[in-house]
Amino acid sequence: MNFEKTNNGTTLTVELVGEVDSMNTPELEEKLLKEIDGVKELIFDLKGLEYISSAGLRVLLTMQKTMKAQGSMIIRNTNEEVMEIFKVTGFVRLLNLV
Amino acid sequence: MRELKIEATIENLSKVFTFLQESLEHCDAPPKVKRQIKLCVEEIYMNITHYAYNPETGIAKIGVELKDDGKDQERIVISFADKGKPYDPLAKQDPDINLSLDDRPIGGLGIYLVKTTMDNVAYEHKDGQNVLTIEKDFEKNAK
Repeated sequence: MNFEKTNNGTTLTVELVGEVDSMNTPELEEKLLKEIDGVKELIFDLKGLEYISSAGLRVLLTMQKTMKAQGSMIIRNTNEEVMEIFKVTGFVRLLNLV
Repeated sequence: MRELKIEATIENLSKVFTFLQESLEHCDAPPKVKRQIKLCVEEIYMNITHYAYNPETGIAKIGVELKDDGKDQERIVISFADKGKPYDPLAKQDPDINLSLDDRPIGGLGIYLVKTTMDNVAYEHKDGQNVLTIEKDFEKNAK
């Protein structure tokens, strides 16, 4: 997994590339928690995301709950494979997919 | 059938992935099926690392078998065995996927994903082992 971020203080953009699985989600979560203070808008770009398991879904849901309290979160460029997982798990209704 | 015997730790998930990839190397299942299989293998393997031996660790056995019906269907059968505490993950209630964000608990989706993406999932406690078997059918040459 590659994690690219741009943080301008209030907007944090995170690009997830490759595979998000049980081995790398602790690192992903730690990085996000470090950055999230004061962020009003969190943007995930999933264009390069090839694989996500329930461990990754847990991180997305945690961030969605966090951002509901402090601002907003959007998810961009969800590909077909990942969208399938979002549909089966009902995440299409919980996440703001644009 | 190919089999992997491995200490059930999170770090070993990469070895499980490699084993799976090698096992399915000559299988002409569509990429979508292979992706679904990979996801289910991760979810079940992680379940074993979390529940079977915790806080100790122990061995997980994973078997991959390809079955051809001689016509146009093929089946991937994967079994997982551990000697940990008897635990039937299928007995757990499915998550309510219609809950609102505030009510939705974090987690509990792994086995649900397995149940919804595989054609057959079965659990048994046999000879002191938890054995979970998943099956996925696909049409030959369906790319």
